Amino acid sequence: MESTLESVNKAEEMADQIAAQAGFDEDVRGGISMAVREAMINAVLHGNAYDPAKRVNLSFEQNGRELIITIGDEGRGLEPDEIPDPLAPENLMKQSGRGIFLIRAFMDEVRFRKLEPGTEITLIKRIPVTELDRQEAST
Amino acid sequence: MSMKASTRQVDGVTIVDLSGRITLGEGSVVLRDTVKDLLGKGAKHILLNLGDVSYIDSSGIGELVSAFTSVQRQGGELKLLHLTKKVHDLLQITKLYTVFDVQEEEASAIKAFSK
Repeated sequence: MESTLESVNKAEEMADQIAAQAGFDEDVRGGISMAVREAMINAVLHGNAYDPAKRVNLSFEQNGRELIITIGDEGRGLEPDEIPDPLAPENLMKQSGRGIFLIRAFMDEVRFRKLEPGTEITLIKRIPVTELDRQEAST
Repeated sequence: MSMKASTRQVDGVTIVDLSGRITLGEGSVVLRDTVKDLLGKGAKHILLNLGDVSYIDSSGIGELVSAFTSVQRQGGELKLLHLTKKVHDLLQITKLYTVFDVQEEEASAIKAFSK
């Protein structure tokens, strides 16, 4: 995908549709699509810095019991451990720095991997057991 | 859906009715410009009505924080009105719910400003 705001919006819409197909309820879907939006903003804005020569790779995979979303950029790299805690009193009123925190709040598992160049983030959400039972019963 | 903002005056309070999404890009810019414009005109009591705001991302949260601190720096007050469940939950998660003065009714919100 191109490093544009349109890509961010498109990825968010795709995430909502795919999460709905996977059987997540509206609240969880909202969290998943927000996590994807925030990860895309990181990739497009902080990673690729809107550089038209740099791409963002987005993939969705439903692997049995999980929805796995991977977003990779070609930017200067991200050190997730160095991001200040946005809930700390000294950071609470800062204008930015909440994206990764929100991603972690809405997903079950978040992984980072260094690329050469760039960063890949993997977002994992487990599919509720009741929905898997329903899917199995209908097959 | 793009964001829209319209302002009205009630008993010395400027109410900003916002609708749409406050997100990176247009939505955040509309909010920023609206508050900047109001402060430029000398408004001190600003009530942001978020009843028709369907969605806020981290950029939108940042804009709300920025609006809050800008108004405070000018010696004014900014309050929030009619949060949707989504926005309410987001402010809870980010621990900002207790930072903002969140109001549920317009009439009592107007009275809550120190005038």
